[in-house]
Amino acid sequence: MTTPDSQTFNKDQSTQEQYFTPNLSGRYKWDTVFASFTWLAVGLSVVILAVLLISVVWDGFPRLASDFWGFLTNFPSRKPEQAGLLSALVGTVWVMITVAIFAFPIGVGAGVYLEEFATDNWFTKLIEVNINNLAGVPSIIYGLLGLQLFVRFLEPMTGGRSILSGALTLALLILPIIIVGTREALRAVPDSIRQAGFALGATRWQVIWDQVFPIAIPGILTGTILALSRAIGETAPLITIGALTFISFLPENLQSQFTVLPIQIYNWVSRPQAGFHTNAAAGIIILMVVLLAMNGLAIFLRNKFQKRG
Amino acid sequence: MTTQSVWGSPSNPQPQPSIFSLENVGVTYHGTPAIQGVTMDIYQNQITGFIGPSGCGKSSLLRCFNRLNSLIPDTQVMGRITFHGQELKQMNPVSLRRRIGMVFQRPNPFPKSIYHNIAVGLRVNHYNGNIDERVEQSLAAVGLWEEVKNKLHHNALELSGGQQQRLCIARTLALNPEVILMDEPTSSLDPISAGRIDDLLMAMKRHYTIIIVTHNLKQAALISDRVAFFNVETIPNRNHVGRLVEYAPTLDIFVHPSQPATWEYVIPGSRYAG
Repeated sequence: MTTPDSQTFNKDQSTQEQYFTPNLSGRYKWDTVFASFTWLAVGLSVVILAVLLISVVWDGFPRLASDFWGFLTNFPSRKPEQAGLLSALVGTVWVMITVAIFAFPIGVGAGVYLEEFATDNWFTKLIEVNINNLAGVPSIIYGLLGLQLFVRFLEPMTGGRSILSGALTLALLILPIIIVGTREALRAVPDSIRQAGFALGATRWQVIWDQVFPIAIPGILTGTILALSRAIGETAPLITIGALTFISFLPENLQSQFTVLPIQIYNWVSRPQAGFHTNAAAGIIILMVVLLAMNGLAIFLRNKFQKRG
Repeated sequence: MTTQSVWGSPSNPQPQPSIFSLENVGVTYHGTPAIQGVTMDIYQNQITGFIGPSGCGKSSLLRCFNRLNSLIPDTQVMGRITFHGQELKQMNPVSLRRRIGMVFQRPNPFPKSIYHNIAVGLRVNHYNGNIDERVEQSLAAVGLWEEVKNKLHHNALELSGGQQQRLCIARTLALNPEVILMDEPTSSLDPISAGRIDDLLMAMKRHYTIIIVTHNLKQAALISDRVAFFNVETIPNRNHVGRLVEYAPTLDIFVHPSQPATWEYVIPGSRYAG
Protein backbone atom coordinates (compact mmCIF):
# COMPACT_ATOMS: atom_id res chain seq x y z
CA MET A 1 0.00 0.00 0.00
CA THR A 2 2.82 2.37 0.80
CA THR A 3 5.04 1.45 -2.16
CA PRO A 4 3.36 3.41 -4.99
CA ASP A 5 3.07 6.44 -2.73
CA SER A 6 6.73 6.46 -1.89
CA GLN A 7 7.69 6.14 -5.57
CA THR A 8 5.77 9.24 -6.62
CA PHE A 9 7.13 10.92 -3.53
CA ASN A 10 10.72 10.21 -4.54
CA LYS A 11 10.15 11.32 -8.13
CA ASP A 12 8.78 14.67 -6.94
CA GLN A 13 11.69 15.34 -4.68
CA SER A 14 14.03 16.94 -7.24
CA THR A 15 11.41 19.47 -8.29
CA GLN A 16 10.39 20.18 -4.70
CA GLU A 17 13.64 21.92 -3.72
CA GLN A 18 12.77 25.15 -5.62
CA TYR A 19 9.71 25.73 -3.42
CA PHE A 20 11.75 26.11 -0.24
CA THR A 21 12.61 29.79 0.14
CA PRO A 22 14.64 30.05 3.31
CA ASN A 23 14.57 33.86 3.68
CA LEU A 24 16.81 33.50 6.69
CA SER A 25 17.53 37.19 7.17
CA GLY A 26 13.82 37.98 7.27
CA ARG A 27 13.10 35.22 9.80
CA TYR A 28 16.00 36.25 11.99
CA LYS A 29 14.81 39.86 11.83
CA TRP A 30 11.50 38.83 13.37
CA ASP A 31 13.43 37.01 16.04
CA THR A 32 15.24 40.21 16.91
CA VAL A 33 12.07 42.31 16.76
CA PHE A 34 10.20 39.97 19.06
CA ALA A 35 13.12 39.61 21.47
CA SER A 36 13.48 43.40 21.71
CA PHE A 37 9.77 43.78 22.31
CA THR A 38 9.73 41.29 25.19
CA TRP A 39 12.92 42.86 26.58
CA LEU A 40 11.25 46.26 26.45
CA ALA A 41 8.22 44.93 28.31
CA VAL A 42 10.42 43.56 31.08
CA GLY A 43 12.60 46.68 31.19
CA LEU A 44 9.60 48.99 31.40
CA SER A 45 7.97 47.14 34.26
CA VAL A 46 11.23 46.93 36.19
CA VAL A 47 11.86 50.66 35.73
CA ILE A 48 8.34 51.59 36.84
CA LEU A 49 8.64 49.37 39.90
CA ALA A 50 12.05 50.80 40.74
CA VAL A 51 10.82 54.40 40.43
CA LEU A 52 7.88 53.58 42.68
CA LEU A 53 10.07 51.94 45.31
CA ILE A 54 12.68 54.70 45.25
CA SER A 55 10.11 57.46 45.56
CA VAL A 56 8.35 55.72 48.47
CA VAL A 57 11.61 55.03 50.29
CA TRP A 58 12.79 58.59 49.57
CA ASP A 59 9.61 60.02 51.10
CA GLY A 60 9.16 57.62 53.97
CA PHE A 61 12.65 56.70 55.08
CA PRO A 62 13.27 59.91 57.10
CA ARG A 63 10.24 59.10 59.30
CA LEU A 64 11.48 55.55 59.91
CA ALA A 65 15.07 56.72 60.47
CA SER A 66 14.14 59.42 63.00
CA ASP A 67 11.88 57.29 65.20
CA PHE A 68 11.43 53.76 63.87
CA TRP A 69 10.36 52.19 67.14
CA GLY A 70 7.96 55.02 67.96
CA PHE A 71 6.38 54.75 64.53
CA LEU A 72 5.66 51.08 65.15
CA THR A 73 4.49 51.42 68.76
CA ASN A 74 2.54 54.70 68.82
CA PHE A 75 -1.16 55.04 68.29
CA PRO A 76 -2.38 57.52 65.66
CA SER A 77 -2.11 61.13 66.71
CA ARG A 78 -3.02 64.62 65.55
CA LYS A 79 0.67 65.48 65.41
CA PRO A 80 2.34 63.72 62.49
CA GLU A 81 5.68 63.28 64.25
CA GLN A 82 3.98 61.44 67.13
CA ALA A 83 1.58 59.40 65.01
CA GLY A 84 2.34 55.67 64.69
CA LEU A 85 0.62 52.67 63.21
CA LEU A 86 0.47 50.32 66.17
CA SER A 87 -3.28 49.83 66.00
CA ALA A 88 -3.18 49.32 62.22
CA LEU A 89 -0.31 46.85 62.36
CA VAL A 90 -1.93 44.82 65.14
CA GLY A 91 -5.30 45.04 63.34
CA THR A 92 -3.72 43.71 60.16
CA VAL A 93 -2.18 40.78 62.01
CA TRP A 94 -5.51 39.92 63.69
CA VAL A 95 -7.44 40.21 60.44
CA MET A 96 -4.95 38.17 58.41
CA ILE A 97 -4.82 35.33 60.92
CA THR A 98 -8.62 35.23 61.05
CA VAL A 99 -8.85 35.32 57.26
CA ALA A 100 -6.40 32.43 56.99
CA ILE A 101 -8.30 30.37 59.57
CA PHE A 102 -11.52 30.70 57.58
CA ALA A 103 -10.31 30.81 53.99
CA PHE A 104 -7.64 28.07 54.02
CA PRO A 105 -9.71 25.03 55.07
CA ILE A 106 -12.80 26.06 53.12
CA GLY A 107 -10.89 27.01 49.97
CA VAL A 108 -8.67 23.93 49.96
CA GLY A 109 -11.64 21.71 50.80
CA ALA A 110 -13.69 23.10 47.93
CA GLY A 111 -10.74 22.75 45.57
CA VAL A 112 -10.16 19.14 46.57
CA TYR A 113 -13.84 18.32 46.17
CA LEU A 114 -14.08 19.87 42.72
CA GLU A 115 -10.85 18.33 41.46
CA GLU A 116 -10.83 14.90 43.08
CA PHE A 117 -14.37 13.94 44.02
CA ALA A 118 -16.89 15.76 41.83
CA THR A 119 -18.13 13.99 38.74
CA ASP A 120 -18.02 16.00 35.58
CA ASN A 121 -21.61 17.15 35.07
CA TRP A 122 -23.40 20.41 34.25
CA PHE A 123 -23.73 21.32 37.92
CA THR A 124 -20.02 21.13 38.70
CA LYS A 125 -19.29 22.97 35.45
CA LEU A 126 -21.68 25.73 36.58
CA ILE A 127 -19.89 25.95 39.93
CA GLU A 128 -16.54 26.06 38.14
CA VAL A 129 -17.53 28.93 35.85
CA ASN A 130 -18.94 30.84 38.81
CA ILE A 131 -15.83 30.43 40.92
CA ASN A 132 -13.61 31.57 38.06
CA ASN A 133 -15.82 34.62 37.60
CA LEU A 134 -15.91 35.38 41.33
CA ALA A 135 -12.12 35.62 41.30
CA GLY A 136 -12.53 38.66 39.02
CA VAL A 137 -15.35 40.46 40.85
CA PRO A 138 -14.30 43.96 42.07
CA SER A 139 -13.48 43.89 45.75
CA ILE A 140 -15.93 46.67 46.62
CA ILE A 141 -18.77 44.31 45.70
CA TYR A 142 -17.54 41.95 48.40
CA GLY A 143 -17.49 44.96 50.73
CA LEU A 144 -21.18 45.61 50.04
CA LEU A 145 -21.97 41.93 50.59
CA GLY A 146 -20.00 41.95 53.84
CA LEU A 147 -21.76 45.10 54.99
CA GLN A 148 -25.19 43.60 54.51
CA LEU A 149 -24.44 40.04 55.58
CA PHE A 150 -21.82 40.21 58.32
CA VAL A 151 -22.18 43.76 59.70
CA ARG A 152 -25.97 44.08 59.65
CA PHE A 153 -27.61 40.67 59.35
CA LEU A 154 -25.19 38.70 61.54
CA GLU A 155 -24.45 41.55 63.93
CA PRO A 156 -25.26 39.54 67.08
CA MET A 157 -22.51 37.11 66.14
CA THR A 158 -19.93 39.34 64.50
CA GLY A 159 -20.41 42.43 66.65
CA GLY A 160 -21.02 44.73 63.67
CA ARG A 161 -18.05 46.62 62.27
CA SER A 162 -15.62 44.20 63.82
CA ILE A 163 -12.45 42.25 63.01
CA LEU A 164 -14.63 39.20 62.42
CA SER A 165 -16.82 40.98 59.85
CA GLY A 166 -13.78 42.36 58.06
CA ALA A 167 -11.98 39.03 58.08
CA LEU A 168 -15.01 37.12 56.80
CA THR A 169 -15.44 39.65 53.99
CA LEU A 170 -11.80 39.31 52.97
CA ALA A 171 -12.03 35.54 53.30
CA LEU A 172 -14.90 35.56 50.79
CA LEU A 173 -12.83 37.79 48.54
CA ILE A 174 -9.86 35.43 48.39
CA LEU A 175 -11.78 32.15 48.55
CA PRO A 176 -12.07 31.85 44.74
CA ILE A 177 -8.34 32.50 44.38
CA ILE A 178 -7.50 29.76 46.88
CA ILE A 179 -9.92 27.33 45.20
CA VAL A 180 -8.48 27.98 41.75
CA GLY A 181 -4.91 27.74 43.10
CA THR A 182 -5.67 24.47 44.90
CA ARG A 183 -7.24 22.97 41.80
CA GLU A 184 -4.26 23.93 39.69
CA ALA A 185 -1.86 22.39 42.20
CA LEU A 186 -3.92 19.17 42.25
CA ARG A 187 -4.17 19.06 38.48
CA ALA A 188 -0.39 19.21 38.23
CA VAL A 189 -0.15 15.87 40.05
CA PRO A 190 0.18 13.23 37.31
CA ASP A 191 -2.76 10.85 37.02
CA SER A 192 -0.38 7.90 36.92
CA ILE A 193 0.30 8.50 40.63
CA ARG A 194 -3.42 8.32 41.43
CA GLN A 195 -3.85 5.17 39.34
CA ALA A 196 -0.89 3.58 41.09
CA GLY A 197 -2.53 4.32 44.42
CA PHE A 198 -5.93 2.98 43.39
CA ALA A 199 -4.37 -0.14 41.88
CA LEU A 200 -2.90 -0.92 45.31
CA GLY A 201 -6.35 -0.98 46.82
CA ALA A 202 -6.31 2.49 48.36
CA THR A 203 -9.55 4.40 48.81
CA ARG A 204 -9.99 7.83 47.28
CA TRP A 205 -9.16 9.57 50.53
CA GLN A 206 -6.06 7.39 51.04
CA VAL A 207 -4.85 8.24 47.55
CA ILE A 208 -5.41 11.95 48.13
CA TRP A 209 -3.84 12.00 51.58
CA ASP A 210 -0.86 9.69 50.95
CA GLN A 211 0.01 10.46 47.34
CA VAL A 212 -1.65 13.58 45.98
CA PHE A 213 -1.32 16.01 48.90
CA PRO A 214 2.41 15.59 49.47
CA ILE A 215 3.01 16.56 45.85
CA ALA A 216 0.40 19.31 45.70
CA ILE A 217 0.94 20.97 49.09
CA PRO A 218 3.73 23.36 48.03
CA GLY A 219 1.51 24.67 45.23
CA ILE A 220 -1.51 24.91 47.52
CA LEU A 221 0.47 26.85 50.14
CA THR A 222 1.93 29.19 47.53
CA GLY A 223 -1.55 29.90 46.16
CA THR A 224 -2.94 30.50 49.62
CA ILE A 225 -0.20 32.87 50.69
CA LEU A 226 -0.43 34.83 47.45
CA ALA A 227 -4.19 35.11 48.05
CA LEU A 228 -3.50 36.36 51.60
CA SER A 229 -1.05 38.90 50.17
CA ARG A 230 -3.90 40.21 48.10
CA ALA A 231 -6.14 40.43 51.15
CA ILE A 232 -3.54 42.32 53.17
CA GLY A 233 -3.56 45.21 50.70
CA GLU A 234 -7.33 45.49 50.31
CA THR A 235 -8.81 48.79 51.43
CA ALA A 236 -12.12 49.25 49.62
CA PRO A 237 -14.13 46.37 51.11
CA LEU A 238 -12.97 47.21 54.63
CA ILE A 239 -13.89 50.86 54.25
CA THR A 240 -17.25 49.75 52.90
CA ILE A 241 -17.98 47.63 55.95
CA GLY A 242 -16.93 50.57 58.11
CA ALA A 243 -13.51 49.87 59.51
CA LEU A 244 -12.43 52.93 61.47
CA THR A 245 -9.58 55.16 60.40
CA PHE A 246 -8.62 56.53 63.79
CA ILE A 247 -8.22 53.94 66.51
CA SER A 248 -6.30 54.51 69.70
CA PHE A 249 -6.77 51.12 71.32
CA LEU A 250 -5.78 47.57 70.53
CA PRO A 251 -8.39 44.96 69.59
CA GLU A 252 -9.36 42.73 72.50
CA ASN A 253 -11.31 40.06 70.67
CA LEU A 254 -12.76 39.25 67.26
CA GLN A 255 -15.71 41.56 67.90
CA SER A 256 -13.50 44.62 68.47
CA GLN A 257 -13.48 47.51 66.09
CA PHE A 258 -10.31 47.73 64.09
CA THR A 259 -8.25 49.36 61.43
CA VAL A 260 -5.61 47.92 59.11
CA LEU A 261 -2.45 49.21 57.45
CA PRO A 262 -3.87 50.21 54.05
CA ILE A 263 -6.70 52.14 55.71
CA GLN A 264 -4.25 53.95 57.98
CA ILE A 265 -2.12 54.80 54.94
CA TYR A 266 -5.19 55.98 53.03
CA ASN A 267 -6.15 58.18 55.97
CA TRP A 268 -2.71 59.76 56.20
CA VAL A 269 -2.51 60.42 52.48
CA SER A 270 -5.80 62.31 52.59
CA ARG A 271 -4.58 64.69 55.33
CA PRO A 272 -3.38 68.16 54.20
CA GLN A 273 -0.22 68.28 56.39
CA ALA A 274 3.00 67.21 54.68
CA GLY A 275 4.10 65.35 57.82
CA PHE A 276 1.28 62.85 57.38
CA HIS A 277 2.31 62.24 53.79
CA THR A 278 5.73 61.23 55.07
CA ASN A 279 3.97 58.91 57.53
CA ALA A 280 1.96 57.41 54.68
CA ALA A 281 5.14 56.65 52.74
CA ALA A 282 6.68 55.09 55.85
CA GLY A 283 3.51 53.05 56.33
CA ILE A 284 3.76 51.79 52.75
CA ILE A 285 7.32 50.65 53.45
CA ILE A 286 6.10 48.68 56.49
CA LEU A 287 3.23 47.15 54.48
CA MET A 288 5.67 46.13 51.75
CA VAL A 289 8.01 44.57 54.27
CA VAL A 290 5.10 42.53 55.71
CA LEU A 291 4.11 41.49 52.17
CA LEU A 292 7.64 40.50 51.26
CA ALA A 293 7.90 38.50 54.46
CA MET A 294 4.73 36.63 53.53
CA ASN A 295 5.96 35.88 50.03
CA GLY A 296 9.28 34.82 51.50
CA LEU A 297 7.39 32.43 53.76
CA ALA A 298 5.59 31.03 50.72
CA ILE A 299 8.91 30.35 48.99
CA PHE A 300 10.39 28.87 52.16
CA LEU A 301 7.43 26.50 52.66
CA ARG A 302 7.47 25.47 49.02
CA ASN A 303 11.16 24.60 49.10
CA LYS A 304 10.85 22.82 52.42
CA PHE A 305 8.01 20.57 51.26
CA GLN A 306 9.57 19.97 47.86
CA LYS A 307 12.75 18.69 49.44
CA ARG A 308 10.80 16.31 51.63
CA GLY A 309 8.80 15.01 48.65
CA MET B 1 -12.67 -19.56 19.35
CA THR B 2 -10.45 -21.46 21.72
CA THR B 3 -9.22 -24.06 19.29
CA GLN B 4 -7.94 -27.13 21.05
CA SER B 5 -4.43 -27.52 19.76
CA VAL B 6 -2.86 -30.79 18.79
CA TRP B 7 0.43 -29.32 19.99
CA GLY B 8 -0.92 -28.19 23.28
CA SER B 9 0.83 -25.61 25.34
CA PRO B 10 4.37 -26.74 26.07
CA SER B 11 4.62 -25.40 29.59
CA ASN B 12 1.08 -26.21 30.69
CA PRO B 13 -0.18 -29.33 28.95
CA GLN B 14 -3.07 -29.69 31.38
CA PRO B 15 -5.66 -26.90 31.20
CA GLN B 16 -5.77 -24.92 34.42
CA PRO B 17 -9.01 -23.95 36.14
CA SER B 18 -10.55 -20.76 34.84
CA ILE B 19 -10.24 -17.76 37.19
CA PHE B 20 -11.95 -15.03 35.16
CA SER B 21 -14.83 -15.62 32.84
CA LEU B 22 -15.88 -12.87 30.41
CA GLU B 23 -19.23 -12.81 28.65
CA ASN B 24 -19.84 -10.28 25.90
CA VAL B 25 -17.69 -7.64 27.61
CA GLY B 26 -17.29 -4.18 26.09
CA VAL B 27 -16.00 -0.75 27.12
CA THR B 28 -17.30 2.63 25.90
CA TYR B 29 -15.76 6.08 26.28
CA HIS B 30 -18.19 8.99 26.03
CA GLY B 31 -20.67 6.56 24.50
CA THR B 32 -18.25 5.43 21.77
CA PRO B 33 -17.35 1.75 22.01
CA ALA B 34 -13.63 1.02 22.27
CA ILE B 35 -13.96 -2.74 22.44
CA GLN B 36 -16.99 -4.99 22.07
CA GLY B 37 -18.27 -8.50 22.49
CA VAL B 38 -15.36 -10.15 24.24
CA THR B 39 -16.09 -13.64 25.53
CA MET B 40 -13.18 -15.56 26.97
CA ASP B 41 -11.82 -17.39 30.00
CA ILE B 42 -8.58 -16.54 31.81
CA TYR B 43 -6.82 -19.52 33.36
CA GLN B 44 -5.11 -19.74 36.70
CA ASN B 45 -1.30 -19.64 37.02
CA GLN B 46 -0.84 -18.92 33.36
CA ILE B 47 0.45 -15.91 31.55
CA THR B 48 -2.20 -14.68 29.16
CA GLY B 49 -0.92 -12.26 26.52
CA PHE B 50 -3.12 -9.61 24.88
CA ILE B 51 -1.76 -8.53 21.51
CA GLY B 52 -3.12 -6.38 18.72
CA PRO B 53 -2.66 -3.04 16.95
CA SER B 54 -2.95 0.29 18.81
CA GLY B 55 -6.51 1.36 19.52
CA CYS B 56 -7.96 -2.15 19.62
CA GLY B 57 -9.03 -1.65 23.23
CA LYS B 58 -6.80 -4.24 24.88
CA SER B 59 -5.69 -1.83 27.62
CA SER B 60 -9.32 -0.82 28.19
CA LEU B 61 -10.20 -4.48 28.56
CA LEU B 62 -7.31 -5.00 30.98
CA ARG B 63 -8.61 -2.22 33.21
CA CYS B 64 -11.95 -4.05 33.49
CA PHE B 65 -10.33 -6.78 35.56
CA ASN B 66 -9.52 -4.50 38.52
CA ARG B 67 -12.38 -2.11 37.79
CA LEU B 68 -10.02 0.78 37.16
CA ASN B 69 -12.27 1.95 34.33
CA SER B 70 -14.80 3.12 36.91
CA LEU B 71 -12.31 5.86 37.89
CA ILE B 72 -12.04 7.23 34.37
CA PRO B 73 -14.82 9.74 33.65
CA ASP B 74 -17.49 8.78 31.11
CA THR B 75 -16.31 5.20 30.84
CA GLN B 76 -18.75 2.32 30.93
CA VAL B 77 -18.16 -1.38 31.09
CA MET B 78 -20.78 -3.67 29.62
CA GLY B 79 -21.25 -7.40 29.81
CA ARG B 80 -20.44 -9.81 32.59
CA ILE B 81 -17.11 -10.63 34.20
CA THR B 82 -16.86 -13.22 36.94
CA PHE B 83 -13.89 -13.74 39.23
CA HIS B 84 -13.91 -17.21 40.82
CA GLY B 85 -17.50 -17.46 39.68
CA GLN B 86 -18.54 -14.27 41.48
CA GLU B 87 -19.73 -11.26 39.53
CA LEU B 88 -17.02 -8.58 39.51
CA LYS B 89 -19.48 -5.70 39.54
CA GLN B 90 -20.86 -6.83 42.86
CA MET B 91 -17.48 -7.04 44.57
CA ASN B 92 -15.94 -4.21 46.52
CA PRO B 93 -13.45 -2.50 44.18
CA VAL B 94 -11.05 -1.55 46.96
CA SER B 95 -10.66 -5.08 48.33
CA LEU B 96 -10.65 -6.41 44.77
CA ARG B 97 -7.69 -4.25 43.79
CA ARG B 98 -5.57 -5.70 46.56
CA ARG B 99 -6.18 -9.21 45.17
CA ILE B 100 -5.76 -8.09 41.55
CA GLY B 101 -2.62 -5.99 41.25
CA MET B 102 -1.61 -3.85 38.31
CA VAL B 103 1.66 -2.71 36.76
CA PHE B 104 1.52 0.16 34.31
CA GLN B 105 3.21 1.00 31.05
CA ARG B 106 5.48 3.66 32.46
CA PRO B 107 7.08 2.97 35.82
CA ASN B 108 5.08 5.11 38.23
CA PRO B 109 6.73 4.87 41.65
CA PHE B 110 5.53 7.37 44.22
CA PRO B 111 8.06 10.22 44.48
CA LYS B 112 9.05 9.04 47.95
CA SER B 113 11.52 6.58 49.43
CA ILE B 114 11.91 3.05 48.07
CA TYR B 115 10.76 1.72 51.43
CA HIS B 116 7.67 3.93 51.46
CA ASN B 117 6.69 2.81 47.96
CA ILE B 118 6.13 -0.71 49.24
CA ALA B 119 5.04 0.14 52.77
CA VAL B 120 2.25 2.48 51.70
CA GLY B 121 0.32 -0.29 49.95
CA LEU B 122 0.60 -2.41 53.07
CA ARG B 123 -0.49 0.46 55.31
CA VAL B 124 -3.54 1.45 53.27
CA ASN B 125 -4.69 -2.16 53.44
CA HIS B 126 -4.07 -2.30 57.22
CA TYR B 127 -1.39 -4.98 57.02
CA ASN B 128 -0.79 -6.44 60.50
CA GLY B 129 2.47 -8.26 59.82
CA ASN B 130 6.02 -6.97 59.98
CA ILE B 131 6.27 -4.27 57.32
CA ASP B 132 10.10 -4.23 57.27
CA GLU B 133 10.17 -7.94 56.56
CA ARG B 134 7.55 -7.70 53.86
CA VAL B 135 9.46 -4.89 52.16
CA GLU B 136 12.58 -7.03 52.10
CA GLN B 137 10.72 -10.12 50.82
CA SER B 138 9.03 -8.17 48.03
CA LEU B 139 12.24 -6.48 46.92
CA ALA B 140 14.04 -9.82 47.00
CA ALA B 141 11.28 -11.40 44.90
CA VAL B 142 11.98 -8.99 42.05
CA GLY B 143 15.76 -9.21 42.49
CA LEU B 144 16.06 -5.64 43.69
CA TRP B 145 16.99 -6.20 47.35
CA GLU B 146 20.74 -6.53 46.82
CA GLU B 147 20.76 -3.43 44.63
CA VAL B 148 18.84 -1.16 47.00
CA LYS B 149 19.23 -2.56 50.51
CA ASN B 150 21.61 0.22 51.50
CA LYS B 151 19.46 3.01 50.14
CA LEU B 152 15.95 2.04 51.18
CA HIS B 153 15.26 5.58 52.29
CA HIS B 154 16.45 7.22 49.10
CA ASN B 155 13.89 8.61 46.71
CA ALA B 156 12.58 5.93 44.34
CA LEU B 157 13.00 8.32 41.41
CA GLU B 158 16.78 7.97 41.75
CA LEU B 159 16.49 4.40 40.44
CA SER B 160 16.88 3.55 36.75
CA GLY B 161 13.77 2.94 34.65
CA GLY B 162 14.12 -0.84 34.85
CA GLN B 163 14.68 -0.74 38.61
CA GLN B 164 11.65 1.54 39.00
CA GLN B 165 9.49 -0.92 37.09
CA ARG B 166 10.72 -3.80 39.24
CA LEU B 167 9.94 -1.68 42.31
CA CYS B 168 6.41 -1.23 40.94
CA ILE B 169 6.11 -4.99 40.54
CA ALA B 170 7.49 -5.47 44.08
CA ARG B 171 4.93 -3.10 45.51
CA THR B 172 2.20 -5.10 43.79
CA LEU B 173 3.62 -8.44 45.02
CA ALA B 174 3.81 -7.12 48.59
CA LEU B 175 0.01 -7.18 48.74
CA ASN B 176 -0.03 -10.93 48.02
CA PRO B 177 -2.28 -10.68 44.96
CA GLU B 178 -3.73 -13.62 43.03
CA VAL B 179 -3.71 -11.88 39.69
CA ILE B 180 -1.32 -9.32 38.23
CA LEU B 181 -2.41 -7.15 35.33
CA MET B 182 0.38 -5.69 33.23
CA ASP B 183 -0.10 -2.96 30.66
CA GLU B 184 2.96 -3.07 28.39
CA PRO B 185 5.28 -3.24 31.40
CA THR B 186 8.51 -3.30 29.41
CA SER B 187 7.72 -0.99 26.50
CA SER B 188 9.51 1.99 28.04
CA LEU B 189 12.57 -0.02 29.09
CA ASP B 190 15.87 -0.91 27.44
CA PRO B 191 16.21 -4.52 26.18
CA ILE B 192 18.31 -5.69 29.13
CA SER B 193 15.93 -4.34 31.76
CA ALA B 194 13.01 -5.69 29.72
CA GLY B 195 14.67 -9.12 29.60
CA ARG B 196 15.08 -9.17 33.38
CA ILE B 197 11.38 -8.44 33.77
CA ASP B 198 10.47 -11.19 31.28
CA ASP B 199 12.56 -13.66 33.33
CA LEU B 200 10.84 -12.42 36.47
CA LEU B 201 7.39 -12.95 34.97
CA MET B 202 8.26 -16.48 33.94
CA ALA B 203 9.32 -17.22 37.51
CA MET B 204 6.26 -15.51 38.96
CA LYS B 205 3.63 -17.48 37.11
CA ARG B 206 3.95 -20.46 39.43
CA HIS B 207 2.29 -18.36 42.11
CA TYR B 208 0.27 -15.80 40.19
CA THR B 209 -2.07 -15.47 37.27
CA ILE B 210 -0.71 -12.85 34.92
CA ILE B 211 -2.46 -10.97 32.15
CA ILE B 212 -0.10 -8.91 30.05
CA VAL B 213 -0.81 -6.45 27.26
CA THR B 214 2.12 -6.19 24.91
CA HIS B 215 3.11 -4.81 21.53
CA ASN B 216 6.21 -6.92 21.58
CA LEU B 217 5.36 -10.16 19.77
CA LYS B 218 8.62 -11.73 20.82
CA GLN B 219 7.72 -11.11 24.43
CA ALA B 220 4.24 -12.54 23.89
CA ALA B 221 5.68 -15.64 22.20
CA LEU B 222 8.35 -16.15 24.84
CA ILE B 223 6.48 -15.79 28.07
CA SER B 224 2.77 -16.34 27.54
CA ASP B 225 0.88 -19.62 27.69
CA ARG B 226 -2.13 -18.34 25.83
CA VAL B 227 -2.47 -15.37 23.53
CA ALA B 228 -5.52 -13.33 22.65
CA PHE B 229 -5.32 -11.38 19.42
CA PHE B 230 -7.50 -8.26 19.17
CA ASN B 231 -8.05 -6.28 16.02
CA VAL B 232 -9.70 -2.99 15.03
CA GLU B 233 -12.85 -3.26 12.98
CA THR B 234 -14.70 -0.44 11.30
CA ILE B 235 -18.39 -0.57 12.14
CA PRO B 236 -21.11 0.96 9.89
CA ASN B 237 -21.15 4.51 11.34
CA ARG B 238 -17.40 4.68 10.63
CA ASN B 239 -16.36 4.21 14.23
CA HIS B 240 -13.48 1.92 15.00
CA VAL B 241 -14.01 -0.75 17.57
CA GLY B 242 -11.79 -3.49 18.94
CA ARG B 243 -12.79 -7.14 18.80
CA LEU B 244 -11.31 -10.36 20.01
CA VAL B 245 -10.27 -12.20 16.85
CA GLU B 246 -8.56 -15.29 18.14
CA TYR B 247 -7.69 -16.74 21.52
CA ALA B 248 -5.58 -19.86 21.65
CA PRO B 249 -2.44 -21.41 23.17
CA THR B 250 0.63 -19.41 22.20
CA LEU B 251 2.02 -21.89 19.71
CA ASP B 252 -1.25 -22.02 17.76
CA ILE B 253 -1.37 -18.26 17.47
CA PHE B 254 2.19 -18.00 16.23
CA VAL B 255 2.46 -21.16 14.15
CA HIS B 256 -0.91 -21.90 12.66
CA PRO B 257 -3.44 -19.20 13.47
CA SER B 258 -6.96 -19.99 12.35
CA GLN B 259 -7.91 -16.44 11.35
CA PRO B 260 -6.38 -14.57 8.38
CA ALA B 261 -6.18 -11.34 10.42
CA THR B 262 -4.06 -13.08 13.06
CA TRP B 263 -1.85 -14.46 10.33
CA GLU B 264 -1.29 -11.00 8.88
CA TYR B 265 -0.48 -9.48 12.24
CA VAL B 266 1.68 -12.24 13.60
CA ILE B 267 3.68 -13.56 10.68
CA PRO B 268 5.44 -10.40 9.44
CA GLY B 269 6.05 -9.47 13.04
CA SER B 270 7.59 -12.79 13.90
CA ARG B 271 10.01 -12.35 10.99
CA TYR B 272 11.40 -9.18 12.60
CA ALA B 273 11.39 -10.68 16.04
CA GLY B 274 13.50 -13.57 14.75
